[in-house]
Order: sequence, then C-alpha cells, then structure tokens
Amino acid sequence: MDLVLAIVEALLLVTFVAGSAVFFIWLERKVAGRIQDRLGPTRVGGRFGWLQTIADGIKLLVKEDLIPADADPMLFRLGPYIAFCGAFTAYLALPFANGWVAKPLSIAIFFMLAVMSTEVFGIILAGYGSGSKWALFGGMREAAQMVSYEVPMALCVLVPVIVAGSMDLNYISNLQAGGIWNWYVFHDPFTFLAFWTYFTCATAQCKRAPFDLAEAESELVAGFHTEYSGLRWSFFFMAEYGAMFAVSGIAVLLFLGGWSTGLPFVPELSSTFATWLGSAEEPSWLGWVIGNVINVVVFIVKGWLLVFVQMWVRWTLPRLRIDQVMMTCLKYLLPISCVLLLGVSVWQLAVSPWVEPYFRYALCGVCLALFAWMAWKVWTTRSRLPVTVTGATNLWNRGPIPPELVQKS
Amino acid sequence: MALTDVLFYLLAAMTGICALAVVVTQNIVRAAAWLLFTLAGVSGLFFLLGADFVGATQLLVYVGGTLVLVVFGVMLTAQSPFVNMRISAAEWGIALAVGLVLYGVLAASFLISNPKGVGDAQLGREEMADSILLGQALLGQWQASPQGTMSGLPADIHLRNRLAVSYLLPFEIVSVHLLVVLIGAAYLARAKRRRLAGPASLPVDGTDVSPPVDGQEQPLGAQT
Amino acid sequence: MNLAVGLHHFLLLGALLFVCGAVCMATKRNAIGILMGVELVLNAATINFVAFARYNPIFQVEGQIFALFVIVLAAAEAAIALAIVLNFYNNHLTVDVDTAEELKG
Repeated sequence: MDLVLAIVEALLLVTFVAGSAVFFIWLERKVAGRIQDRLGPTRVGGRFGWLQTIADGIKLLVKEDLIPADADPMLFRLGPYIAFCGAFTAYLALPFANGWVAKPLSIAIFFMLAVMSTEVFGIILAGYGSGSKWALFGGMREAAQMVSYEVPMALCVLVPVIVAGSMDLNYISNLQAGGIWNWYVFHDPFTFLAFWTYFTCATAQCKRAPFDLAEAESELVAGFHTEYSGLRWSFFFMAEYGAMFAVSGIAVLLFLGGWSTGLPFVPELSSTFATWLGSAEEPSWLGWVIGNVINVVVFIVKGWLLVFVQMWVRWTLPRLRIDQVMMTCLKYLLPISCVLLLGVSVWQLAVSPWVEPYFRYALCGVCLALFAWMAWKVWTTRSRLPVTVTGATNLWNRGPIPPELVQKS
Repeated sequence: MALTDVLFYLLAAMTGICALAVVVTQNIVRAAAWLLFTLAGVSGLFFLLGADFVGATQLLVYVGGTLVLVVFGVMLTAQSPFVNMRISAAEWGIALAVGLVLYGVLAASFLISNPKGVGDAQLGREEMADSILLGQALLGQWQASPQGTMSGLPADIHLRNRLAVSYLLPFEIVSVHLLVVLIGAAYLARAKRRRLAGPASLPVDGTDVSPPVDGQEQPLGAQT
Repeated sequence: MNLAVGLHHFLLLGALLFVCGAVCMATKRNAIGILMGVELVLNAATINFVAFARYNPIFQVEGQIFALFVIVLAAAEAAIALAIVLNFYNNHLTVDVDTAEELKG
C-alpha cells in the first residue's frame, strides 16, 4: 500500500515537472519574443503557438544521439540524469497546499537546498566527460558559481526560518495566512531585503541569465552542453526549468505567503472550508479537498509569476562577466546575507511586539502604493503613445506609420 | 520483508558496489562519480534510519560541497584529459588479501559479539530524535542522554554541572575550527610564485636568486 | 540468515566501506584518490554512529551529533588536504604521492 502510494505520488510529481517544463519553454519563447519586439512562436498549434514545445520535443526525440569520440562515455551518459534527479528530488519535500506534500519533513527547506545542491554534480560530470574544452570550461564555471551562490542563498533562507522558528515549509506557509501584510516579505526590513537577495541567488543557482556563464554562447559555444544532442540535452533543460519552479516555490512558501490568497480576513482555505461544510468537531473531507484545490491553484500561479520574472530578467539584462559574477556573490551578496541574518536575529530578540505589526502594515502599504504608482505610470505612458499596432506585418515594416493605422486612445 | 527492508538492501547494495568501484577504477574522475553514488546511498540510509537532519547534511556538505571541491582538485591537477595512474598486479594482490583479511576480522567480530539493538527497534522513522532535539542538544539545553555515561567524566557530573555534558562547547569549537581551516586553506592554496624545478627553465639574467616579489608574474614554462 | 534488517547489517556495511576506504588509501597513487579513501572511511564511521543511534535509544542524540561532527570535520579535512595537494602540485607538477620524498633521510 505504501509502495502504491509512493509510486502514485512520484508519477504525479514527474508529470508536474515535465508538464511545467513544457509550459515554461513555450512561455520563455513567447516572453523573449515580446521583449525583443517579435511575436514568438505563431505557427504550430494555432495563433499562440501552443504546440511549439511538443514540436520541439518530437524534434529532439528523433535527433541523432551523439557521443563524441573523445568523451568518457559513462560520465557523458550519467551527467544529464544526475542533474535531472537533483532538480526532481527537491519536489518531494515541496508542499503544494496545506498538507499536500509527497514526504512531510520537519526539515523540508533544508532537504530541498541539500538536494538541489547535488544538481551541480551532473553538470560538472557532463562538462568533464564531454572531452571538449568548451564543455570543461562551462562545467568549471558552473561548479564555482553554484558552490559560491549556495552560501548566500542558504543564509537568506535562514532569515524567514528564524522568524517562523521552523524549517517545515507547510508550517511556515500556514503562519502567513490572512491578509497580505502577514506575508514574511513584509515582516521586517530584513526579510524584505532577504527576499530580493534570495531571488538573485536563486536566479544564479538555476544558472539563468544574467548569471548563465556556464552556457555563455558568445564565449563557450554552448558551455557544458556543447556536445549534447537529443534527449540527453532535453534532460538538462527539464532540470533547469524544474529547478526554476522549485526555487520559486521556496520563495513563495517562505516569503510570499505560500497558498494564502493575501486577501484580508480570509483565513487558510482548506481548514476553513472543512469546518464550514462540516462542523468544528467533524470537519468535512470534501471541504478540505475543495479548499486545498484552490490553495494549489494559488500556489502554482504565484510560482509561475516568479518564474515569469526570472524570464523577464533573463531577456532584459545583459550577461555579466565571470569575474563580475563571482564578485557579486563573494563581495556583495555574502556580506549582505550575513548582515541580514544577524539583523533578523536582533530584530526578533530586541524589537518589541508592539512595533512589529505597525511596521508590517507600513511596509506593506508603502510597497502596494509604490506598485500602484508604477502601474499607473505604465498605464498612462502607454495610453499617450501615438499608435497601437496590431497584426504581425507591421512589426517588420519600420517606416513611418501609415495614418490609417494611427489610433488615438 | 517489509518495504523498508527492501529499501535497505537496495541502498546498501548501491553503496557497497559503488564503494568497491571507487577502489577498483583507475580513472580518478570516475572514482569521484562512484564516490558520489556512495555518499548519496549513505545519505539515503540515514533517511531510512530516520535521521533526516544528518542525511540532508550529508547531501549538502558532502555531496554538494566536499565532493565538488575534490573534483575541482582533480581538474586543477589534471595533466591529461583523463588521469590514469596504474598500479601493478602484485600490488592489487596484496591489497585484495589485506582487504579481505581486514573485512573478515571486522565481520567476524561483529557476528561473534552479535550486537543487538536495545529494545525491539525496527526500521522506520518514529523513534529517532528529530532536528528540534538535536538543536537543543547543540544549544546546551539537552544533557547527554539520561542513562548514558561519558567516558572520563565522573558519574555524578549531571548533579554538579548541568552544561558540562551538553554539546554547546564542541559546537563552538567546531565552528572556530572551521574558521581556522578556512583561513589556513586559503593561505595554503593561494597562488604563490614558485621556485622552478630544474635549472634549465630558470631565467638567464641571474635574477632567480632574489626573493620572489609579490605581484610579479610567474616565469613562463612553470604552468602547465 | 535473518533477512529482517538489524544493527549488524549496518555494521557490516560500515565495515565494507571502511575496508574499501583503507584499500583505496593504500593502493591509489593519486593524492586525491587517497583523499577519497579517507572520505570512505569517515562515511563508514558515520553509518555506524547513526545506526547505533537508531538501534540504541540511549544514544539517539549522541549518535546523530557525532555523525554531524564527523561530516563537518570531514569537509574541513578535505579543504585542507586539497590545499596541500594543490601546493604539492605547484611544486612537483604531479599528484603522484611517490614523488613526495624530499624529506627522505
């Protein structure tokens, strides 16, 4: 019985990781296209190119599977699977809703960090086993970068852990139920800064641009996966997109309220629904499930938003140099995260509970006001633009806009 | 057999076979890959034993840190793409004999003394001390286990000094030790201007007798 | 033999890892290979600690804490050993430990 349950859970997780990778690859191409003033995929699967990833996948499946003559065949074959296992195993401890987690662990966040740190090994082995100097350079860069960024990332994770007093992600998330001001990102100045520091480190940990030195195509052809093709290559990308959602999920659970909707006066949904449909003594099973399904949707949407931000950053910022990457980590992020860790300890010990709620409301209010102001600026700027261009053809025609296309809005 | 027993045999087979492969293989990077599976198998055994925190620490520190460092070392010191260092058949024979004898002695001592666990402990995760208890022990709020006696300490130490057998002091010593190691390793491994091995590669202008000056470039031919 | 897993199964596995590590230290010429042997030996000890912690409730805290100390100190040992190996490589352009004979009398 345990075995069947374990297999079902593992299959669900694999489906989720693979499915979200399919979605993310499509999203990445769309986002990249839009940011670069293109349309992205439009041909396969209707107007928005929904089936583009499937087409890519079929192409990868039928590609020739090549192992270079100079490669070490065993290490070359092992690399992608180790990388994917590292990214996938982290999902075992990631709760998707209240109590919906494959393996409830009291040290869930520590486990996730530990497992994700093994992903680097697949990349080192791939880089070394390829027998190519580009791949070796990429693997070495990746190893140096990941081992360095792990440290500030773990220190930033400790900040909300200190606030919550637990490493259980489920528990931490439930502590942030209720209004948006209960989210740990607004808890105190240190958690607020820790969120941004964590997200920077997590982007680097997933080797996403601007930190994608391991696959810097302008210098290293394609970095550690230069010699890979076909299915093995796609495993690296499954690992990358899996890790992107995993670190985003950690950020959501630790800082952004987990599955809490952020609406004021709405408590944790699953237990509320359970007592609502049933009674306090006999909570309804159906209500619990309904509440948790809403929780899952809220959590996944939040995670996807953070993944979207990672893509947005990738296609907006230029790539750093390798020495700049290491300097960012060792000279800036590491001291910042140490200060944050000390600061949050002092805050928890010294600042009285009288100050805390007011600060929380104030920070939350300031952030929301700032966000509203920015949204307003974006909206008004957009409406002052003289033209709204619709249709694909005009994107390529950069001459003066014909007057019949100019619309006042 | 329960599921946990099957899992134990699988993990133990993986750990043992990969440990043997570490010894047998001649390629040092492959040895690192086998060591990776050994360490991962050991951490799996820790999870099976219910020691979640130790298992995760094993993964984070050993696999994600130490082993990456070792592979770094391999790559920094590799001259050929795949480093091989052969040893002779006679040496293999001696090693095999010594290894078998050593394992025989150890196994015989276990099986003869036949250590049994106290109580009816089964594999599973209910009875192991969790991370909270470990944290309390490291903070000094938890004494050494109630019935346990520490060798070298008087028997009534609990009555006299509550903190004497907690793990706060070792914890602090380990952290200071790590700091010392950090500084020491950085000092040892920093790029030094090195004296060259043979006179053939010395600079011809006779400046080689002067002590090395910081910031000066290394002479060519020294680096591979 | 009883198939239900008991303490001696873990001890036998630990012994196997210990012997592998010892043989690895004795046979490898590569200094980093020797380091890997040390890691195996330390892991054997860690398995024993955690197994004792599991099967003897008196040591349930001690076993895990000693295992943690072993892991942490092994990391420190690897860092120092690698620094020494790199220094050795800088001086001798090899990691073959047989060439370390400068202090031979």
